[in-house]
Amino acid sequence: MTNTWQDIKNANVVIVMGGNAAEAHPCGFKWVVEAKIENKAKLIVVDPRFTRTASVADVYAPIRPGTDIAFLSGLMRYLLTNDAIQHEYVRAYTNASLIVKDGFAFEDGLFSGYNEEKRSYDKSSWDYELDEQGYAKSDDTWQNPRCVINLLKSHVDRYTPEMVSRICGTPQDKYLEICKLIATTSAPDKALTSLFALGWTQHSVGAQNIRAMAMVQLLLGNIGVAGGGMNALRGHSNIQGLTDIGLLSASLPGYMNMPKDSEVTFDKYMETKLFKPLRPGQTSYWQNYRKFFVSFQKAMFGSAATAENNWAYDYLPKLDVDGYDILRAFEMMNNKQMNGYICQGFNPMQAFPDRGKIRRGLSNLKYLVVMDPLDTETANFWQDYGPQNPSKPTEIQTEVFQLPTTCFAEENGTLVNSARWLQWHWKAADAPGLAKTDLWIIAGLYNRMKAMYAKDGGAFPDALLNLTWTYADPHEPEPEEVAKEMNGRALADVNDPATGAPLLKAGQQLDAFAQLRDDGTTMSGCWIFAGSFTDKGNMTARRDATDPREAGIAPNWAWAWPANRRILYNRASANPEGKAWNPAKPVIEWNGSKWVGVDVPDYGPTVKPSDSVGPFIMNQEGQARLFARGLMNEGPFPEHYEPFESPSENVLHPKVKNNPAARVFASDKEHMGASADFPYVGTTYRLTEHFHYWTKHSLINAILQPEEFVEIGEALAKEKGIEQGGWVKVSSKRGQVICKAFVTKRIKPLMVDGKPTHVIGCPIHWGFTGVARKGYGANTLTPFVGDANTNTPEFKAFLLNIEKTSAPPAVDVAQGPRDAQGVPKSLTKVGSL
Amino acid sequence: MDLSRRGFIKLTGAGLAVSSMGALGFGSAGTALAASVRPFKLTAATETRNTCTYCSVACGILIYSQGDRAKNVKSSVIHIEGDPDHPVNRGTLCPKGAGLLDIVRAPGRLTVPKYRAAGATEWKEVSWDFALDRIATLMKQDRDANFIAKNGAGTTVNRWNTTGMLAASAASNEAAYVTFKWARALGMVTFDNQARV
Repeated sequence: MTNTWQDIKNANVVIVMGGNAAEAHPCGFKWVVEAKIENKAKLIVVDPRFTRTASVADVYAPIRPGTDIAFLSGLMRYLLTNDAIQHEYVRAYTNASLIVKDGFAFEDGLFSGYNEEKRSYDKSSWDYELDEQGYAKSDDTWQNPRCVINLLKSHVDRYTPEMVSRICGTPQDKYLEICKLIATTSAPDKALTSLFALGWTQHSVGAQNIRAMAMVQLLLGNIGVAGGGMNALRGHSNIQGLTDIGLLSASLPGYMNMPKDSEVTFDKYMETKLFKPLRPGQTSYWQNYRKFFVSFQKAMFGSAATAENNWAYDYLPKLDVDGYDILRAFEMMNNKQMNGYICQGFNPMQAFPDRGKIRRGLSNLKYLVVMDPLDTETANFWQDYGPQNPSKPTEIQTEVFQLPTTCFAEENGTLVNSARWLQWHWKAADAPGLAKTDLWIIAGLYNRMKAMYAKDGGAFPDALLNLTWTYADPHEPEPEEVAKEMNGRALADVNDPATGAPLLKAGQQLDAFAQLRDDGTTMSGCWIFAGSFTDKGNMTARRDATDPREAGIAPNWAWAWPANRRILYNRASANPEGKAWNPAKPVIEWNGSKWVGVDVPDYGPTVKPSDSVGPFIMNQEGQARLFARGLMNEGPFPEHYEPFESPSENVLHPKVKNNPAARVFASDKEHMGASADFPYVGTTYRLTEHFHYWTKHSLINAILQPEEFVEIGEALAKEKGIEQGGWVKVSSKRGQVICKAFVTKRIKPLMVDGKPTHVIGCPIHWGFTGVARKGYGANTLTPFVGDANTNTPEFKAFLLNIEKTSAPPAVDVAQGPRDAQGVPKSLTKVGSL
Repeated sequence: MDLSRRGFIKLTGAGLAVSSMGALGFGSAGTALAASVRPFKLTAATETRNTCTYCSVACGILIYSQGDRAKNVKSSVIHIEGDPDHPVNRGTLCPKGAGLLDIVRAPGRLTVPKYRAAGATEWKEVSWDFALDRIATLMKQDRDANFIAKNGAGTTVNRWNTTGMLAASAASNEAAYVTFKWARALGMVTFDNQARV
């Protein structure tokens, strides 16, 4: 989230599209209700299903899964053709005026530079025309046809209301009503907030869905302001933190990048990270990358990272591919290219697409380690649970370890919420039985392997042997020690480079990332967390809910990265002269000598408005990008591509139906279905009573929603003779699920390009462990293809068939694994069913 | 007398003097009833601030546990509710968060390390030492056999891609960072977390 949960109350219009906050984030959604009641805000919901969020909306419009970019591009067209953009904001704060190179083009669904064989682009033409000093050329009058704003206008021109309706199945009147309402927030003192979640990410065009909305928000001047922003409602309690700390294949902490094979030396690595300003006088804060990186290497390897060895650059692995994401990992397992896998609080058997492929992959491993508080399907993948998990254990040669871990109630530490707050939590009880913390388990493996390498040697032991591990108890580091390590400290006395005045004493915790140095005198495990645990104490443990002017900031509750800033890009909440666009809800303003307000400025605190430094200080232009340059894999502007499994042609460019830059493994192509066999659109989602695959272990939640079902509309039910609560067989090219049907008015057929299109909703929560009834799990059905940038799987739009069937035999629904004769063990005990 | 809800519980539970009960509006019958009622169970519980383990709204919660944290006492959670002071959820919880007690005490909670040998049909309970020794050995064997120190072009790449890891989405930052350090120091590249899906 750019903003906070409470800040939603400041919005004038709220759009929930690509999410269902009322059911998935109920306590956060209360702030939408607050906005409606206290701020007279209007709520717009766009969703294939009439959700509980939709039930309190002022305007609801249905949409075919996987067509959001068409909708949002049409919205951009509406704003541009009706002159409903915030001109001053767009001109000053976005790259609308910058001039794009001549070679850039878009034709028949492809941008310039496409290589069909590699399914990727040469992006060199996706950039600005530069002047002699290396700055991007600009035309503030927007007369030049190569200005970003003019290229955008022509790019979205195809998305007329008729075209949007033809692709999305959204009735034109509803669509136009929404456009009109959203356009009202182009007034400088009005704000629209966008709340989204996995409904946008889980597509082969997921990243571009979000980008399209971000562009809408920029055109409206709604980024950086109170009640505005792009607010990703993240799904797990610390999914934000794990992303921040870089536990992703191609990441390092604080959004730095893993080295690639092509970056043969540290200097070569740094060459792509110089981030020279592209406009005169701009901050381009990533210019400090070297300070973040060297301080990180000092945190990792201590005195073994020196200027002479390029800060132990070679201790880090290099990537030979874009990333070893989860789809690639399971593809490799299926190809017998992997031997071991560790699942730490993660249940890929249920959470990943095409369960059959996941099961086959795990069966090829030599060893699998599962660390979890709960008994997961992944740990039990080798057991025969009947049709929900058919298996012959004696044929599976995988050694499996199931390690019991503590849960939230039994440990201390920080979690990062959606609004980037690091909140400390305290241990309330002892772990059950022999369960241990993740810190103890990882330390146990580290200490054992370190001892083995020290004694016996082996492949490149240097990084492991030199890893800093200075914890008071090397067998179980204290969370406080680790939190301090991520914050960082001075390793020597640090003086101001300009004046020579002493800034930090050796050993002192850092107060801010501005204190980081690239000469080895500072260390910080995660630079964006600098300031979270200083010599003043643990900032994340602060619990002062005071909120000046009730602005929705609460600056002394916990701590937010970066620098305890609660609204990102907040310089853009004020006009170029430094006055708030919305005088009733200022965030920061220029008082003649510095920036003051309810939040920490996302800007130099004393940088004068007359210096014309742009508010988007992380970008080389100082401006937000309506044109993404080479940062997206499928193009600098979003474009509508059909989901990989879709019942419709791409009416814009039939020859380029799907995302041309998405990676598809050959074996998965064969497992893509056609609409002739699978005529209905499937989409997966969560229920308000359940959390992923965890709460089927919680008795109260298992009682509330006890068994697997799919949701279908009345028209489809009638057509297929399916009764309310009747048994159905739901199938895709990859597998089938036998469960009950819930016939609902919430899903109605959409008219797509003149054809009625039915959507089948598949809640995801069931499996074969837990106290809820045994189920298959919706990911039995989903396709093994992901977004072209992130490889997040396309769970939200795929093809299904559905048939009425009879109730399965008792043997198929009996809980628990089966014995060697195929009889459920629970049935061999007398009277147990 | 200005008493908060929790303050009232503490006072009554502590066996308040009869006169004060009168001041609170209890008549003599009420006094007798109050005296016969079992003390409210949260009175003696330890209250701990925590956050909900599910979504990223990160609602504040109060966990009530039994046991005074003395050396010979094993504490256990008996009640969980929303933290009324939390600026986001202000005491409320959703249908998931309201059931947190049932996940802490779920029958599916694991309490002992288990091992399944290649081709085995059953789990076997094992010691932590057995499990961690065996895992460390398997990891080292695989790493030593498949570690790529240099690529075809002779560049130092120090990469290990035949053992991978999926990191937790509900573990703390501190657990995540220590996991990161260990995995990357081994050269692990097949390394992802729930944010990918």
